[in-house]
Order: sequence, then C-alpha cells, then structure tokens
Amino acid sequence: MTHMTEKTLSHPDSREPVAFTQDELGWLPWLEPLASDELTERHWAGLVDPSRAKSPYFLLLARDPEVLEARTKTDKDIFYNTGSGLPRAERELAAAATSRLNGCIYCASVHARFATVHSKRGDDVQRLLDEGVEANIDRRWNAVIAASVALTKTPSAFDDEHIDELYAAGLDDLEIVDVINGAAFFNWANRLMLSLGEPTLPAKNS
Amino acid sequence: MSTTTPDVIDHLAGIAPNSRLDTLRAQRPQARENAQKSYLALFEPAFPGGVSVAERYAIATFVAGLHRQPIVHDFYADGLTKLADRQLAEIVAAEILRGAITGPYGRYPAGPLSGEDREGPEYQVFVTHADLLGPRLATALEHAHLLVFRPRDADEAALQRLIDAGWSTTDIVTISQLIAFLSFQIRVVAGLRALASAARKDGAATSIFTGALATGAI
Repeated sequence: MTHMTEKTLSHPDSREPVAFTQDELGWLPWLEPLASDELTERHWAGLVDPSRAKSPYFLLLARDPEVLEARTKTDKDIFYNTGSGLPRAERELAAAATSRLNGCIYCASVHARFATVHSKRGDDVQRLLDEGVEANIDRRWNAVIAASVALTKTPSAFDDEHIDELYAAGLDDLEIVDVINGAAFFNWANRLMLSLGEPTLPAKNS
Repeated sequence: MSTTTPDVIDHLAGIAPNSRLDTLRAQRPQARENAQKSYLALFEPAFPGGVSVAERYAIATFVAGLHRQPIVHDFYADGLTKLADRQLAEIVAAEILRGAITGPYGRYPAGPLSGEDREGPEYQVFVTHADLLGPRLATALEHAHLLVFRPRDADEAALQRLIDAGWSTTDIVTISQLIAFLSFQIRVVAGLRALASAARKDGAATSIFTGALATGAI
C-alpha cells in the first residue's frame, strides 16, 4: 500500500463545458486509472468489452472489477435489450432527463445524442437540454421525463400519478419497468461521472 | 460469495415468485441477475480490499436513511447491527436525522446554467460523532451526502479529503460505487413498489368485484 503517494489528478488546461449539449465531450479522471499493462484477467473480465480499456473512466472503475462487471451487464440489459418493451429512444430519454436534473453535463450529452439518433427528433431532445425537465414536448415524452425526474429526486417523488400518466400516454407495464430501470440506472451513472472526474470540451474546435 | 442469497431487490420491493412484477422483472434477466451481483460484490465481496464490510453497511445505512426508504434502510441497518457495535449504529441513525434534506441541489460551472444554481447546506458530521467515527468513516459519510444530494458539486477536493483520511484510490472507487449503486437500487425498489401498488389497485378492485359476484356473498 502506497497511500502516501496517492493524490488527485488536476487538469488545469482543460476547457470545461458550461451548458448542456449533444456534442461529443471528453472526460478527465481525478483519480489515477489503472494502466493497460497492469490489467489482470480479473480486470479484463470487469471491463466486459476489451475496447473499454481505452476509456479512462472504465480503467478507473476497473480498480473494483467485480462491481464494474456487474454494473456494465446491468447497464447493457436495461438499455440494449429492446426486443420487447420501451423503444431505445425513450430509454435514452429517461437517461438524458435524469442526467439533466442531476446536472451531469457529460452523461446528458451522450444520452441526448443517443435519444436523437434513435428518435430522429433532435430538436425535441435539445429542448429538454435547453429548457430543462419542464420542457413541454408531447404527452408521451413529457410522461417519461416527469417519471424519470420524480424518481431522481431525493427522496423519490414517484407515485401513482406518474404511473397513471405513463399508462395514459400509452405505455404498458414492461415499458414502465424500462423507464424505472433507465432513470434508476442513471442515478448510478451520474454520481460516478460527476464525482470521479470532469467533462472537457474537445481540444480544438476550429 | 454466496450464490443462495435471495434477490435483494425482489425482497425489498416485496415481489413474490410468479407474481406480475416477478414476470415483468424476468423479462430483463441480465439486469436482474447483475443488479444482484452488484449487491453481492459490494456487500459480500470476495476481495474486500481496504473497505471493511462493516464500513460498507454503515455507509449504506446512511445513504438509505437519507433517501427515507424505511424498508431499504432497515435492511442495511440490520446488517450494520450484526457487524458493528451499537454506538456506530446510533451515530449513523443520528447523522441521518441531521443530514436528511431534499435534492438534487448544487451549482453549475459559471455561465448560462448559473441561473439554475440551487444553494443548500454543505453537510458535515457532528464533531463529537466525527471523533467517535474516526476520519475514515466521517469523511465517507460526508462524501455520501455530497453524492446523494448535490452530485454536481463534487470536485477533486472532495476526493482529496477521502485520501487525506486514509482511503486509497481503489477504496474510493469502491465507496463511490457503493453510494451510486444504492442510489440505483433504492429507486428501482421505489419504482417497482409504486408499480405493484398501482397494479394492485386495479387488479384487487377487479378480483374483489368478480369474487363477490362469484360467491354471491356481501
């Protein structure tokens, strides 16, 4: 154990985004990620996809590989298991709305972008980012956003009224479970992204 | 790591085998199995590393208490009582009362979002309790409060306080995962409970009605 040498990492030259955006952002860790040459079989298992070894975020989380592996597999089923249930676009909408309320500019950028890709409704997604979670989009999206927001508050404000409104907007039970899972999962993701590092604008725009 | 521990989300949400909610959860089998594996990795770890299981239950009890979810709180508080002395459990209970507010709040980087800044308290463990807990647990509880209520205020300085209190980088990853996982688990439980009760309202009304008709009673 070399606790004496451990310290946080600083990024004084990073340019910080100051608004919600669908543009691609970077993320810089405040704690030292594992180095690629330190990775054991346990760590590779934790990363699930070898390509994640390029990400400082996942290389940092790989310090506890059992939790990372289980978390990654939870994430994938909640968002990518779309053979039944809520369309991917609306799962991403739940993630983006949760991130908007918690204030995770990085998470919101990724999942707003995915919501746009899968819905082809980039302007509506942008209204969530620009106007906030009160944006009046349409009944179905409003219901998904309101449910995600209510569940994200501490303590949770999610109740029968949100469920009734989701039913009224046309969602069935499985789709409501997908909203619950998507919003709940981003309460996990937002807290890691916000507390272990910072978003950064691309190095050059011109 | 136990393979026989019952599914904790089902337990906390009151989901019985073959119930409607059980059938719904079964359609996301990987999410269900891996939410459970996340719980086991955090609370029955094969490699506890620098964060003891008692410390994990103390932080979890605090996080669940801050969310005011009595069923989840009691589950972790019972675990804490089995692992630690009574004084630790009492201090955590007292700190839940001191720390419980509403969130999320916090500040954005200066710019167009500054109008959405929401000020709120910067929680610190009561000084007498901090002395009794020691710097490791006291800073861990303060970090938990930061992540639960104002995650957008998190910064490098908060991580440096954990390091200064004796936590390693790897320990901090584990503690962060624990707090963040609880933020997920508690919301899944709250959401599924609300869905079960909404469904029960409809379903129960129907079955009482048809039951009354079928038996001719009432």
